[in-house]
Amino acid sequence: MTSRRPGRTQARDLERYASLFSSRTQNMRSSPMRDLMALTARPEVISLAGGLPDTSTFPAEDFAKLMSHMAVKATARALQYGPTEGIDEVREAIVRVMAAEGTDVDGDDILVTTGGQQVIDLVCKTLVDPGDVIIAEAPTYPGAVPTFSAYQAEVIQIEMDEDGMRIDVLEETLERLDREGRRPKFIYTIPNFQNPAGVTMSAPRRRRLVDIAHERELLVLEDNPYGLLRYEGEPLPSLYAMDGGEFVIYLGTFSKILSPGVRVGWAAAPRPVLQRMNIGKASADLCSSTLTQLFVAEYFAAGQWEAYMDELRALYRGRRDVLLESLAKHLPAEASWTRPEGGLFIWATLPDGLDTTDLLAKALSRNVAFVPGRAAFLDGRGGTSMRLNFSGVDEDRLREGVRRIGEVVHEQLDLLGSLTGRRPGAIPRPSERATGAEPRVDPALADVLHLPRREDDASRRSSS
Amino acid sequence: MSGRRIVVLKGGRSLERQVSLTSGARVQDALERLGHEVHGLDVGHDLVARLREIAPDAAFIALHGSDGENGTIQELLEILGIPYTGSGVGACVRCSDKVLAKHAMVDAGLPTPDFLSFNETAFKELGAAEALPAVEERLGFPLVVKPADQGSALGLKFAGTAADVPAALVAAFSYSEKVVLERFVPGRDLAVSILDGRALPVVEAIPLDEDGYDFAARYTIGRTRFACPAELDEDTTARAQELALAVHELLGCRHFSRVDLMCDAETGALTVLEANVIPGMTETSLLPQAADAAGMDFDALVGTMLGLALGD
Repeated sequence: MTSRRPGRTQARDLERYASLFSSRTQNMRSSPMRDLMALTARPEVISLAGGLPDTSTFPAEDFAKLMSHMAVKATARALQYGPTEGIDEVREAIVRVMAAEGTDVDGDDILVTTGGQQVIDLVCKTLVDPGDVIIAEAPTYPGAVPTFSAYQAEVIQIEMDEDGMRIDVLEETLERLDREGRRPKFIYTIPNFQNPAGVTMSAPRRRRLVDIAHERELLVLEDNPYGLLRYEGEPLPSLYAMDGGEFVIYLGTFSKILSPGVRVGWAAAPRPVLQRMNIGKASADLCSSTLTQLFVAEYFAAGQWEAYMDELRALYRGRRDVLLESLAKHLPAEASWTRPEGGLFIWATLPDGLDTTDLLAKALSRNVAFVPGRAAFLDGRGGTSMRLNFSGVDEDRLREGVRRIGEVVHEQLDLLGSLTGRRPGAIPRPSERATGAEPRVDPALADVLHLPRREDDASRRSSS
Repeated sequence: MSGRRIVVLKGGRSLERQVSLTSGARVQDALERLGHEVHGLDVGHDLVARLREIAPDAAFIALHGSDGENGTIQELLEILGIPYTGSGVGACVRCSDKVLAKHAMVDAGLPTPDFLSFNETAFKELGAAEALPAVEERLGFPLVVKPADQGSALGLKFAGTAADVPAALVAAFSYSEKVVLERFVPGRDLAVSILDGRALPVVEAIPLDEDGYDFAARYTIGRTRFACPAELDEDTTARAQELALAVHELLGCRHFSRVDLMCDAETGALTVLEANVIPGMTETSLLPQAADAAGMDFDALVGTMLGLALGD
């Protein structure tokens, strides 16, 4: 029940403000799929849709100890503004974290940001004019889509295989753009355990990508949130390390190795780019929270972070294996999925003729959810794929969730089989005309992080 | 009629939950401005208990999708003796099932695009797939496939060729046990809202980027703009309004409804797609736009809808 105070209520009427909104915001509308995604956050739903780390593993006593150390050492400082580029202690911690992945960086080349997401925003703010080209992977990180759209970029997505972005296709695309007299502002890639595809870019492709960046003087945005979450195989060098800090902007974050709640990420970039990003950051938020930066610094100074990383890796490795086993058990033979060596996501693809957006509606009626593949494309592709997260759900719920997904997939395949009289593998691919009600480009589809929302807010939001 | 205790029913588990929450929030605001004691209620397991506890003078139903539109909530409110906005149980049952509504129109001689309907059993157990070529021949291509009881665009597909039909059917069956295959009418999308026995100005939904048959755009908020009153000649306007009123009455709707029509691009003939017993009340919804064009602002519209329920 909500009895509300009159007087304040009129300010919620969107139409009173609509004529003031910039053209950038015109893309930020509602869509049926967004409405569907909103339902995945219901508590009774086993959601493999989120991308959340399991913060319940962080010991409360360690948290309390860090906070009290901070209070003793630096109360006044923690409550004060800090430098835009971030406090020194955090930049030292960042140097150590990057070194753990074999990447040398100078602390002065680092800009501390409010989460890794701010790096994507600042890079766009610094480089992109409306109509400029950004090159991304297909599929790409759904959370980057609204940022690219807000800066009115044209995004070209390059297909991937098990070795990551197809560099031959990238080169063809760059040549085509060359002929059109266009130069992409940057190439956006997640080389390690890509979100959502789960694949890792091979060493030769990394080498070639860095060479291309040098030959053509193009910037690469290397988004590396999961590099330290490797469960098997040998680590590969970062693009930043291979490039020597000339054409690669590196994006790092503490979100997946410590906490997304502290909202501390960073960029390492060529100085001239970094300086512009610094100015952009100052105008956005002056500085990131000193309080949480000190918390991060204190945590890394305490020297137990590597042990905690081992714990996280063991936990997530187990969950990944359970998800892989469950998929093998419950998905039909015609389905395929990636086998990530790390990270948080598996990308599964169903036989032609099934549509994962519609499948989600049916899955939600069995209280299980995933991200439909379309959320990771800007051009309507991805209709038969889905992103499955394994970090945020315990093993039993993973098993049950995949069992339910398998159940609805089999029901749909049976129906399709009886409609076509054929096995699904032989189903004719629907023509391009057979589009559903989903738009080709809908940044709203990226609303898949499930940030916790105040109950009251949810019911008051008037965004449709 | 100010100062009544009104419960606004919204949210729930339907796929249209978000739209409903938006409609509900706006209705709550309006009711407060009108001086009522307003209780917003996100519909869940405790619905009956909460309604007994609040003991409202009336319920304003801002639910979209399944339970709100198919008569379930209305049945509960009847048994609890709480007056409510909009149509009664019978009309809700008829309108929320596109198949029932279309059959009623056909029987009454009101124009609706030719259609066929099947449930999943027909395909799984009765070999209905073998009849698909005949269905396709009768309806022609492209044809529209949609769930029988979904209000939003979810699950609505267009099949351009026979190869598209199986996937479109599987998609529609994801939302409903019964699907409608309907002849596609190329032309203009019109909506006529009925309020208190009279038809409001016609609204036309116009896709923003008209690149041939871009079906997606027509049904996606943000890629469509609305014209109200629609630019139609007087005769077409009058025919659309008469037809909508006839459908409203035929299906037994009460107080208000929204009737969706197509105006054939070639012949100008009007056909009825469906009638909605609980039209949206968001910023971009069609009933508030139509009322506005008739000189009735949102608060007045909400006041009128409530007044009809209370018999004021």
